[in-house]
Amino acid sequence: MTRGHLRTALLCLLLVSGCATVEGERDPRDPWEGFNRGVYRFNETFDEYVAQPVARAYVAVLHQEIRTRVGNFFSNIQDLLIGANNFLQGKFEDGVNDWARFAFNSTIGLFGIHDVASDFPGLEKHNEDFGQTLGRWGTGPGPYLILPFLGSSTVRDATGTAVDWAVQPVGEVRPIELRNTLYGLYFVDTRAQFLEASRILEEAALDKYVFQRDAYLQRRRSLIYDGRPPREKIE
Amino acid sequence: MRPVMKTALLMLAVMALPAVAQDVPPDTLVKNVTLEVVDLIVKDKDIKAGSRAKLVAVIEAKVLPHFNFTAMTALAMGQNWTKASAEQRKELTEEFRTLLVRTYASALAAYSEQKFDFRPLRAKATDTDVTVNVRVLQPGAQPVTLDYSMEKTANGWKVYDVIVGGVSLVANYRTEFANTVRASGVDGLIKDLRAKNKSLEKK
Repeated sequence: MTRGHLRTALLCLLLVSGCATVEGERDPRDPWEGFNRGVYRFNETFDEYVAQPVARAYVAVLHQEIRTRVGNFFSNIQDLLIGANNFLQGKFEDGVNDWARFAFNSTIGLFGIHDVASDFPGLEKHNEDFGQTLGRWGTGPGPYLILPFLGSSTVRDATGTAVDWAVQPVGEVRPIELRNTLYGLYFVDTRAQFLEASRILEEAALDKYVFQRDAYLQRRRSLIYDGRPPREKIE
Repeated sequence: MRPVMKTALLMLAVMALPAVAQDVPPDTLVKNVTLEVVDLIVKDKDIKAGSRAKLVAVIEAKVLPHFNFTAMTALAMGQNWTKASAEQRKELTEEFRTLLVRTYASALAAYSEQKFDFRPLRAKATDTDVTVNVRVLQPGAQPVTLDYSMEKTANGWKVYDVIVGGVSLVANYRTEFANTVRASGVDGLIKDLRAKNKSLEKK
């Protein structure tokens, strides 16, 4: 995206968010609800007219087999970061596991397009990022925040995303055209993987904004505890 | 078959059910029901072709008897449950049940091609409130966890919450329900749920 495009996008964002008001009580986890709903509407529009149609076309044109390879390629690069975050969280065994996955898949798996590591018992894929690392060491989520194009986040997780993004290796790829193609492919492939999930969300929610926010916050809490959060008593 | 005979047979079947269900441990129950339903989904031509009605019918017949929808609705309502009259509670439960069954059906259909990993139950034999852990294995991605919170009742083990990837379905409706009740009362919520279900029926 060029500077000019970015400026236009930001301007649109300000315009939509300007008229956003919130009725009723404020949720303490979401003090910026008015602004967030504005960005949310912008994202929804972008998703409806650009991201979803492109993702659907991608699914229609490319066979599942090939899409799995594309997904594996990016998933393999992520294993590097996942491993680093596991080390930062003091989970050395998991970190070694992630980097072993990267080593296997990059070589035997041909640059990661085959996920051979998952066939080895114990070399399971993990889910870590810098936002979780911050959470693991006691950083609270902070206010809920919807990022343009990227969607649900919090102040903590947005910081984490920025750090992860700054150190991920695809940014070093040259020529620039190839790097940009990889970025584009990554976003389209990621959106395509969530087509089904977003349809279910659409069906399940009464107020999609609230439903998505609560699901995101619950999910992040669970991920920080690696799927075993202390049980919250629901009365 | 004559209607009377049919009714009699049905009653017999219903009476026989609890006796069987009671003795099945919760993890075995989840495993058996999941595998049976997934098998039905995969083999059924109409469901494969996208028949939502048939899919929902399968879920209603096989899965529904093992869910405690009144408990789920009460949990999702939280404090507001005490504000609802008996009649309102009945209607709420009915509408919420319809919505949950649809959501659950969609989710199960999306995962039906995947492999399931049924985890051993971590609970004592005397426990009456347990979590059954299932994992859906997907190639190239972290497994999705599917946890069932279950309570022992006189009619066997009943599910009162489903936690998908760390997201409790019941807890996720709490804010939405509370917001709607605050804005338009319990009747407003019933109306909203009914409208939501109506709009989904058309699809």
